[in-house]
Amino acid sequence: MSKDKCSKNKCKPITRRNFLKGTAAGAATLAIPVGTSDASVWQSFFQKHFREMSKAEMTEVIKRMEKEYAEKYKTSFDIKTTGALPDTLFGYGLDLSRCIGCRRCVYACVKENNQSRDPQIHYISVLEFEKGEKWVSDLEESDKYYNPEEVPEEGHFYMPVQCQQCENPPCVKVCPTRATWQEPDGIVVVDYNWCIGCRFCMAACPYGARRFNWGEPQIPKEEVNPNTHYLGNRPRYKGVVEKCTFCIQRTRGNPGKYPACVEICPVGARKFGNLLDPKSEIRYLIENKRVFRLKEELNTSPKFYYFFAT
Amino acid sequence: MYPIKNFIIVLKQITVGNKLYYAWLSFLGLLIFIGAVSYGAQLKNGLIVTAMRDQVSWGFYISNFTFLVGVAAAAVLLVVPAYVYNFKPIKEIVLFGELLAVAAISMCIMFVVIDMGRIDRLWHVIPFVGKMNFPASLLAWDIIVLNGYLAINLFISLYALYQMAHNREYSLKIIMPLIILSIPWAVSIHTVTAFLFNGLSARPFWNASILAPRFLAGAFCSGPAVMLIIFQIIRKVSKVEIDNKAIFKIAELVAYAMGINLFLLAAEFFKEFYSGSIHLAPMKYLYFGLHGHNTLVPWMWTAMIFNITAFFLFLRPQTRENLFTLNIACVLIIIGVYIEKGMGLTIPGFVPGTLGEIYEYAPTFVEKSVTVGVWATGALIYTLLLKFAIPIYTGELRFYTRETKL
Repeated sequence: MSKDKCSKNKCKPITRRNFLKGTAAGAATLAIPVGTSDASVWQSFFQKHFREMSKAEMTEVIKRMEKEYAEKYKTSFDIKTTGALPDTLFGYGLDLSRCIGCRRCVYACVKENNQSRDPQIHYISVLEFEKGEKWVSDLEESDKYYNPEEVPEEGHFYMPVQCQQCENPPCVKVCPTRATWQEPDGIVVVDYNWCIGCRFCMAACPYGARRFNWGEPQIPKEEVNPNTHYLGNRPRYKGVVEKCTFCIQRTRGNPGKYPACVEICPVGARKFGNLLDPKSEIRYLIENKRVFRLKEELNTSPKFYYFFAT
Repeated sequence: MYPIKNFIIVLKQITVGNKLYYAWLSFLGLLIFIGAVSYGAQLKNGLIVTAMRDQVSWGFYISNFTFLVGVAAAAVLLVVPAYVYNFKPIKEIVLFGELLAVAAISMCIMFVVIDMGRIDRLWHVIPFVGKMNFPASLLAWDIIVLNGYLAINLFISLYALYQMAHNREYSLKIIMPLIILSIPWAVSIHTVTAFLFNGLSARPFWNASILAPRFLAGAFCSGPAVMLIIFQIIRKVSKVEIDNKAIFKIAELVAYAMGINLFLLAAEFFKEFYSGSIHLAPMKYLYFGLHGHNTLVPWMWTAMIFNITAFFLFLRPQTRENLFTLNIACVLIIIGVYIEKGMGLTIPGFVPGTLGEIYEYAPTFVEKSVTVGVWATGALIYTLLLKFAIPIYTGELRFYTRETKL
């Protein structure tokens, strides 16, 4: 029954006739809202770039957004705008000898960061390799869609890839509107209200880390995370780019929390800390383990270190 | 009163025509309507109605954009012999080339705009009003050079027409510096568009220094080929006389451009296949298929065969100077370059992806119909421009002036 319903309505792929029907409505939702009495639509249309807003403007925008999100998701929202902590440069370590390819990080990330469930958006891609197969600089033999009964699969190993938070981020350089930039703590962020959706950054990223909202993002109301940051996990819009922010809403705190992927990892393969703090775990592993970074030849200088603890 | 009268003259000129004219306009109107309907669906549902995904994040729209930049840039191939070398037969028709550039650039801009996720935020890229990332982003450069090229060509052609419509000679003092400027500017729109792809170290297929030269060589084949066909249509349906000498001269230039284009392709083939590094993958995907994925293979070989055949047809004076074989060559070269500089250039940048994934892209019905709609809009723009430009050019249409007795 439910399957029938599905094929008749929602889940039906768009056919020629279907979208022809939907077009009148499509023209009506045309970008610039004409004839609406709701002032907030115009306020959001003329909203300034995040870095150009005054304190007062920012407060106003946050208030408006909290209201919009609350209406949409039926729960009260908190949108922080916490700036970078002083003397902080975030770095990440991933222990390849421990990773078992369980993808718990992938889904913890989706939940924490309010990614769209339909269409599905994941920030972390876990690549599976056959042992002895080529990897590191040629990822062609990797399998992103592995689906065995149980992981780790015999004779295989895993390499999760997400935003490498490059020191020289190619994505930032190419953005035509400065909608994406690097924060003082090294996190590359996107202003979801400034991005025009040209996707130049996606073409520029060597790590396949950026995601586009091809459709209207859908998050079930009961699963939405209302504790958000403007530059992080607040719900996104159709037609904009998003990416991993090292869970900016969690890590920018004193004391901060670990990113969701670090916290969930059942084997402790994920490490996170302040690269400027000589006593941090991330510094320890860089100084004592054999680390490597992905695609060094491109000179992007990631702050994401792969290593082998054992 | 006379400016209003003149406006009415122009309005009448573009709205009144024979049956064939109305049939053509209705045909374009229908295609534009279908495109608009599809675009409505895209606005409503998002770009999910296209086949583009995170793996292949640019597709058919950007492919058409790159091809059309080439068509627009090719106006310069008429300007150079016409003005710099004072080759008279071409000089007489350079106006139609400039108007074609106007139509082509308009299409380019439409293709980039329909590819955007948030058209409502278009104002974010406007200099001073928005927050344009100049000079770091090549897209910012592209916005400047494309709009600049549009402005230059519009100004030159409209100014010349305006003067002609008043029975006045156009002043070379005003127009010559702009014509000279339009030559490097035409090269720049293509170079900047090539650099857009070229500067991305993440995509080895694009990150080859041969890209911009290949782009230009391809442009100088397809653009003039389009013009050669249009010129023949113009002289058939109007009183405009276009000398065969001009047509054959342009055809000769196409032969050289295609020779260079094929040479550059061969250079790229050699480098990739002989060294055989992992960067060979996109090339292999294009021409032989990769791990059983081979959507583009038949297209690429079609392009190759068409381009080589057209090259010889353009090269031999006997076939170049025979309108029948010349037209075959033009059609072959347009299709060949459209495949090679369109999908054949955009898609292999994304396949295999940066994490080695192979996503086979093929445009959806929505993408195809929106694309057809944009082409039809471009054709409509060009038709309307020609409809009032031609009678002015032939002297059949003149404007009222202060001196005219009303």
